[in-house]
Amino acid sequence: MLNYGIPLQYFLIVATIMFFVGVYGFLTRKNLITILMSIELMLNSVNINFVAFNKYLYPDKLQGHFFALIVVAVAAAEAAVAIAIIINIYRRFSNINVEEVNEMKY
Amino acid sequence: MIDFSYTILIPLIPFFMFVFLGLAGWKFKPMVSGILGTTGLFVAALLSYYTAFEYFFHTEKILGAYQKLTGFNTVWLQLTDKLHIDLGVLLDPISVMMLVVITTVSFMVHLYSLGYMKGDTGFVRFYSFLSLFSFSMLGLVVATNIFQMYIFWELVGVSSYLLISYYYDKPTAVAAGKKAFIVTRFADLGFLIGILLLSWLTGTFDFKTLTGAHSPVITQGAGVAFMGLSLMTWSLILVFIGGAGKSAMFPLHIWLPDAMEGPTPVSALIHAATMVVAGVYMVARLFPIYFMAPGAGAGLEVVAYVGAFTSLFAAVIACTQFDIKRVLAYSTMSQIGYMMLALGVSGYGGHEGLGFMASMFHLFTHAMFKALLFLGAGAIIHAVHSNVMQDMGGLRKYLPITHITFLIACLTIAGVPPFSAFWSKDEILAAAFHHNKLLFLVEYIVAGLTAFYMFRLYFNVFWGKEKQYHHTPHEAPFTMTIPLMILAVASIFTGFIPFSKLVTSDGVAFASETEMMIAIPSVVIGLLGIGIAWLLYKKESSLPDRIAAGLGGFHKWAYNKFYFDEIYLFVTKKLIFARISRPIAWFDRHIVDGSMNGIAWVTTTTSEKIKGLQSGQLQQYGFVFISGAIILALVFGYLLIF
Repeated sequence: MLNYGIPLQYFLIVATIMFFVGVYGFLTRKNLITILMSIELMLNSVNINFVAFNKYLYPDKLQGHFFALIVVAVAAAEAAVAIAIIINIYRRFSNINVEEVNEMKY
Repeated sequence: MIDFSYTILIPLIPFFMFVFLGLAGWKFKPMVSGILGTTGLFVAALLSYYTAFEYFFHTEKILGAYQKLTGFNTVWLQLTDKLHIDLGVLLDPISVMMLVVITTVSFMVHLYSLGYMKGDTGFVRFYSFLSLFSFSMLGLVVATNIFQMYIFWELVGVSSYLLISYYYDKPTAVAAGKKAFIVTRFADLGFLIGILLLSWLTGTFDFKTLTGAHSPVITQGAGVAFMGLSLMTWSLILVFIGGAGKSAMFPLHIWLPDAMEGPTPVSALIHAATMVVAGVYMVARLFPIYFMAPGAGAGLEVVAYVGAFTSLFAAVIACTQFDIKRVLAYSTMSQIGYMMLALGVSGYGGHEGLGFMASMFHLFTHAMFKALLFLGAGAIIHAVHSNVMQDMGGLRKYLPITHITFLIACLTIAGVPPFSAFWSKDEILAAAFHHNKLLFLVEYIVAGLTAFYMFRLYFNVFWGKEKQYHHTPHEAPFTMTIPLMILAVASIFTGFIPFSKLVTSDGVAFASETEMMIAIPSVVIGLLGIGIAWLLYKKESSLPDRIAAGLGGFHKWAYNKFYFDEIYLFVTKKLIFARISRPIAWFDRHIVDGSMNGIAWVTTTTSEKIKGLQSGQLQQYGFVFISGAIILALVFGYLLIF
């Protein structure tokens, strides 16, 4: 049963690559929107893991799928909040460069 | 049985006067406030006379002895079931006598101050403080227990401080006030420890229980011995230290001469007639303990010798001083020394208690004539605006009333019959003679010295050469002369009060007769003192100066009060401050404060160095967070695998 289709490792490799691409984007990009996109990338890499593990470990159960759906819903809500924050930042600084937004320092 | 509960009003009336004048006095004209205060004291004085009359003539005597009656009592502080501190009014011969003394002198001083302090900016303040003092002193003498006495003891100290530094814009007055407060407070520490020891040994504060027939003092025994004396004796000596501080006994006498910086009526009331005899009163109040406590005879010996030494010491200094108030201050110390000595040589009960009776008798007469002397000095100062004898002379023409009353007071203190102090001093000398010949001899010499220095003062002021005055000296207003005359009458006639029938150690009357063997020599030495003063000072001459020069070093030594102020300054400044206080202050500043400052310094410097980490750069935080997560993952992975 486990021997058909794409092996689990491939899913995990894709998910890991996606996650670290997200991490790299989060740490290097200066534009807040791009940073938000990087976060979405990380979330989705996790979703792939959920679905893949569910499929390969407990094929007759659905928890992994549901978790992936919840993450999607939360990510949508989070995006709405994050964009609202970014708009406010833009109104205040006329800029969405993350390096310029450093009021909360010592 | 007569109800004495109204006696609580005697201290309370001055108290209400103090509160009222202190809070609302400024709303009236100063004179109105003064008259209000005086009226309050007048009422208190009338109540005291009534109380004395009722107590001495209408109360029931048991076995011929006056009883200690509780006029009023309330539990003020209930600490435990057994331990409680009461406030109340205790009436016995000495407290009733003191009520009369205090209210009389206080009323006279109130009346006198209406003239003396007239026009002073702090008139109302002066009167409210006078009332506060009268309240405290009356509360002290009627105390039912030793703790109430202590409370009022401190209150008189405070009011004395307030009144000495009454002229608070004068640095010397402020310094004198502080000195008086600190020295007496220092002595009161001894008093407090004595009270605690005494109440610990006996389990009670109450005077009636302590001095009664079944006193725990006797049953409890002497307690543990410490340095050769029993604890009970030590507690009595400590209590006496408190009394010595208030009564300006050697070596705690240094505050009294400086206290003369206060207004003269204050000196008359506080530093001559009432507060300074508080120590004598306290020893008299505890006298049965002093006498009966096992092995406590040493306490009485201390009282007697301190009293005798102080009286001699102060009399010698008084002969050399030129400030008239200071002469009177030293004379007060000397006379209080007499009273202490009389208590110290006294026995208990009947004729044995002659010294006790004599002490109280002398306290009574002394209050009258010393108040008169001070008020007279006030009238002189009022007339010539100076305290110093050299600025005075020939004043008898200008101040006739003051002259006559002052002369009466001087004759009284010199012990000339039939003036009052003759009788009381004679009893003291008799008591001393039967107890200890050495102490008798000292007191006998002091009697002569007293007559000499008082008449030196008298002749210098009222006779001698007239000086250049700013304006012709004029007699004081009638508010000042009336108290002088009343007190002069009191000085003459109080000697005829049969004290041995009224105020005795155990309340039982006994017959005391004047012993000619002692009375005649004491009158002779008094007259001798007067005669020498007359020769030396009646006409201004250089003879006194030549005698002083002949005495050389001794005169200088006495003139500078035997350098006691300097010794105290040396001990405090050079020894205590420099050797103890400074090192402690250094330790506090550098070690205690230093360690705290060090901790604060380390914290600030460290945070200064590392505050760059809080950069506000989101991605920097993210990098640290993720690196940490990865490192942790690697560590746990490593641990899981191996």
